[in-house]
Amino acid sequence: MSSEIATGAADVRPPSDAKAVGVARTYTRPRSLLPVVTHYCPGCGHGIVHRLLAEVIDELGIRGRTIGLAPIGCAVMAYNYLDVDMSEAAHGRTPAVATGIKRVHPDKIVFSYQGDGDLAAIGTAEIVHAANRGENFTVIFVNNAVYGMTNGQMAPTTLVGQKTATSPRGRNPQNEGGPIRVCELLATLDGSKYLERVSVTSPRNVRQARRAIRKAFQVQMAGRGFSLIEILSPCPSYWRLSPHEALKFIDEEMTRAFPLGVVKDCGGVGAEEGKP
Amino acid sequence: MTGNEAAAEAAIRAGCRFYYGYPITPQNEICAYMAAHLPEAGGTFLQAESELAAISMVHGSAGAGARAMTSSSSPGISLKQEGISYLAGSELPSVIINVQRGGPGLGDISASQGDYFQATRGGGHGDYRTLVLAPYSAQEMADLMFEAFDLADKYRTPVLVLADAQLGQMMEPVEFRDDLKPKTVPKPWALSGAEGRARNIVMSFYPIKGELEAFNRRLQEKYTRIKAKEARCEEFQTKDAQIILVAYGTSARVCKEAVKKARERGVGVGLIRPITLWPFPERAIRKAAEKARAILTVEMSLGQMVEDVRLAVEGCCPVHLHGRPGGGVPATADILRELKKLNRTSGRVERRRAPALNS
Repeated sequence: MSSEIATGAADVRPPSDAKAVGVARTYTRPRSLLPVVTHYCPGCGHGIVHRLLAEVIDELGIRGRTIGLAPIGCAVMAYNYLDVDMSEAAHGRTPAVATGIKRVHPDKIVFSYQGDGDLAAIGTAEIVHAANRGENFTVIFVNNAVYGMTNGQMAPTTLVGQKTATSPRGRNPQNEGGPIRVCELLATLDGSKYLERVSVTSPRNVRQARRAIRKAFQVQMAGRGFSLIEILSPCPSYWRLSPHEALKFIDEEMTRAFPLGVVKDCGGVGAEEGKP
Repeated sequence: MTGNEAAAEAAIRAGCRFYYGYPITPQNEICAYMAAHLPEAGGTFLQAESELAAISMVHGSAGAGARAMTSSSSPGISLKQEGISYLAGSELPSVIINVQRGGPGLGDISASQGDYFQATRGGGHGDYRTLVLAPYSAQEMADLMFEAFDLADKYRTPVLVLADAQLGQMMEPVEFRDDLKPKTVPKPWALSGAEGRARNIVMSFYPIKGELEAFNRRLQEKYTRIKAKEARCEEFQTKDAQIILVAYGTSARVCKEAVKKARERGVGVGLIRPITLWPFPERAIRKAAEKARAILTVEMSLGQMVEDVRLAVEGCCPVHLHGRPGGGVPATADILRELKKLNRTSGRVERRRAPALNS
């Protein structure tokens, strides 16, 4: 049933004789990440987020009882990269499909992986109501302020003034409204238990993103309810920026509209537990 | 009990443990019955935020290997078509009840058969079909739920139960057979965590050139098997019939009455009642058409099933339509009038020999 992408499927693991030449291998591929080349553009953040997810799944030892949801969007083929059971969902319905899975398997760890169009535009109803019901699963929300898969249209999280294929003069809040702050929106709902916004622009931020994902999974494993980690992630291709400039754009522009940090923590999981 | 309640109770008995719904008249009794009784059976009832979400929750639970269903009525079924297409594309066994009401648009809440095309042509986007079962009594609302879940599992396909407001709302005695037990089918493809096995993926996306074509051919092979094996109908007094009525659901109830009355008046009429609308019982209809002087299709639309009747008959006898749209139910007297007219005229129609029925 699965399909490898045409250009990929190559094993890119480091040579197995690394040790033989006296180099200690400290950075290895997580078991839950498949040794294949992804279809993501250079400088895209999805690859980093996939890896963080895989690392957390490995650390928590839950690979065999984790079920993931791939969205419609750039991460549509996430199931080709993560070595866990996974399901597709119609565009935006990802939290509803996740609900259907988690209700059958309350003892399994369920995560949905969604982009900003999937989650904050077409799937607004589904994410709000999943959070409101306190569905005990984890949402990995990759916010890159643009529809990447369909060539860079305006997203609900596009910044004011940001130029996209469908806001060629820059997003005008009088016409299209402003960027939706998903974490803050969901924080008002009793069912949401852990909400944090992170980014993947520096090693420090990447490590924080990993801690956040880990904590969200722990909240789920403790049966506390809905958790969502919003990850500000670069899209150099449709921001028309170099990968380096894209990281700068997140740090200097995006974080002003989307401040980093814990937005809500009623998960009852201690701060130290979020650390590896 | 009402037809709606009969369907809900039967679904629970057939092993359905996950029901996701959204209120819409005239199917609300299904939601209410499930809310009251499914948790008692150890199942999950959830009122979704929309029909889109409800069918997607079915997608999730079916993908996780459970017997799952949803129900709605015409406008809500239009919304569910997105999910039904995904269910077909992901080959997920699932059951959807459509208690049809009048349309298009908001229409009204009375009985209609205006969703026949939508039900039998797939309904959503893409080259697929769903099995369609058409009950015509509260008893059959119950009996066909067992069939629906078994067929869904057998063929890994969504199955649609196409009822209408009258069947859903009317009260009739219903017997539940205690000897009927849900068939359990192994589902090695289902999502349960990849412990000790290769990961399972539930999806319908085939981006590599040629893969989707191959998948669609495989789907069609499945549909060909279903067409060969699962077409069902009831034949009522067709053996010596000169004129054949074809009707399903509520229309068929009226037609049965019309057959009895017509025969009292000496007109040789019989009824073919499709129980599966897809696959359509074309062989039975074709066989009857070869002997009959005329066929009269009776339906609560201005002509949808009649197209399938004509395809089955392939011109070997004249096919007429008596249709009532927009929530109107055909009256026995009107059908008798049509039959009287046909009885006078159809003998003069020159019969053509049609080519042999292929497939």
